[in-house]
Amino acid sequence: MSALISTSAMSQTSVFDLPSYVQSSYLGLIRTQLVVSLGATLAGLVIALPLGQLCSRLPKLYPATLGVVTLIYAIPSIALFVLLIDITGTSETTVFIPLTLYTLAILVPGVVDGIRSVPRNVLDAADGMGYGRVRRYLAVELPIALPTLMAAIRVAAVSSLSLMSIGATIGNFGGFGDLFLLGLKFFDNRLIWLGLISLLVLSVLCDLLLRGVQRLLTPWARSLRSFG
Amino acid sequence: MITFESVSKKYPDGTEAVAGLSIEAPDAAITVLVGPSGCGKTTTLRMTNRLVEPSGGRILIDGSDIRDRPVAQLRRGIGYVIQHAGLFPHRTVADNIATVPRLLGTDRRAARKRAQELMELVGLDSALADRYPHQLSGGQQQRVGVARALAADPAILLMDEPFSAVDPIVRKSLQEQFLQIQAEVGKTILFVTHDVDEAIRIGDRIAVLREGGHLAQFATPRELLERPADAFVEQFLGLDRGIRRLTFIPSTGLGLRADALVKKGVELSAAQLELPWLLLVDEPGAPIGWIEPRRPNEPPIPIGHAFIAHTDSLRAALDAAVLCPTGWAVGVDAEGRAVGVVSQEEIAAAIRAEHRDSLEAVR
Repeated sequence: MSALISTSAMSQTSVFDLPSYVQSSYLGLIRTQLVVSLGATLAGLVIALPLGQLCSRLPKLYPATLGVVTLIYAIPSIALFVLLIDITGTSETTVFIPLTLYTLAILVPGVVDGIRSVPRNVLDAADGMGYGRVRRYLAVELPIALPTLMAAIRVAAVSSLSLMSIGATIGNFGGFGDLFLLGLKFFDNRLIWLGLISLLVLSVLCDLLLRGVQRLLTPWARSLRSFG
Repeated sequence: MITFESVSKKYPDGTEAVAGLSIEAPDAAITVLVGPSGCGKTTTLRMTNRLVEPSGGRILIDGSDIRDRPVAQLRRGIGYVIQHAGLFPHRTVADNIATVPRLLGTDRRAARKRAQELMELVGLDSALADRYPHQLSGGQQQRVGVARALAADPAILLMDEPFSAVDPIVRKSLQEQFLQIQAEVGKTILFVTHDVDEAIRIGDRIAVLREGGHLAQFATPRELLERPADAFVEQFLGLDRGIRRLTFIPSTGLGLRADALVKKGVELSAAQLELPWLLLVDEPGAPIGWIEPRRPNEPPIPIGHAFIAHTDSLRAALDAAVLCPTGWAVGVDAEGRAVGVVSQEEIAAAIRAEHRDSLEAVR
């Protein structure tokens, strides 16, 4: 059986044409992979920014918050899927929510470290010149925190890309992870290799892209020191 | 004018940073707050732009309570310069300087033009406009800090140890340039320093504070050196206040003798042969060195440095005299030509005469 499938696979015109039991096209896998992972990173950021800001305002809160987000990171995703499947069903959302929670373990410290990297005398000068709270945050703190923050975002994005593979266990929501499970099921190593290499290439490309974004957003940091 | 009316600051833990301070910082003058660490000088400064709220008393600017204005408006109307400059690392020099005008709604082009004017005022090369702060030296950063504080042309400038973080040579040139800028712009300045020499050099009036935020003395630099209010102030001023006081006494009263000047190759007169030292000058009149009339062929003794006659202080004259092995100081004109010479003894007599005059004035 496996020989038969392998033969049929080999007879296909391109390595990117997937066997029929893979329900998505190669491009479809890339789409799921990017939408879910990067979406989760973005959602994580939306949560981590205010949370991190709160933690740097109230330093006593930070150890507890850090404890909680690290603890969440330690929860096996399978367990979270089981809990979520009753609520969100077998959907991308069921993969998306745990991934978002996992990014917090990277993004919350990233936000806090970033905000803490803003020199005290810079904030003092900003206050003394009459910046309001919100304006100071947007125009001074956030831009100066950006190099540290972007480093965390890059780690979160790449780690989400690989973590989401487990989404294959609840259906076809693991991106390239689907290929690992199907390759295992149908004894097709080619699928596993294709999935793995694709995932690595995609991760590297994502990281490069985010590095580019970082360079564009922080021209001042270029000659300062190299971040991450 | 900034008026402090029994201003105090007590922190919740009971420490008293400022205790019932009452001083007035006059318009267009530099008022220095000086004292050891923990004397509340920085707290006092920061209460002026409400970065710290006083726990008692009032601060008035031109008669109106600073609490009557919205805090952002108050701060945008007061220039603020701090140690290490506190420049925004993510903005270029020009953008840093344009900060407050931009906050006040000036459009980008006008703000940039203003930034360029200020760079010129503080002596920064316009080529630095698009650099980032970390690409500048400490002294340059501090100049940007001053330019940024002046950008919106505030009437008041608060300066918190602005020159403390740079090396002594750069500090001296920053201080001199700062005084020149002040002569041009005439701001009402509150200046905090722990360095009493800096206070005396730049202050029009000096408030000496002691631990716990008590005012020890509020006086002009000269008064401070002549009549320190108590042992604390005296000790704080250091042991050489007698010498430093001479900075405020002009050398106009010194009788410079021109008969000790000789040009090279000119025959000495009989009277000159009686003098202990003669000053050899070159053709335009610049001093070369001291010679003994009896031994005219020995190599001349260097004069050390000269003082500018009638312009420099007695301190400069005395220093020139004590520096030179002959004990004589050379007075020169603005072009560096020797005008005459004066001995330590004559300078000492001038100092005594000045003391007598000021004693008379007190009586």
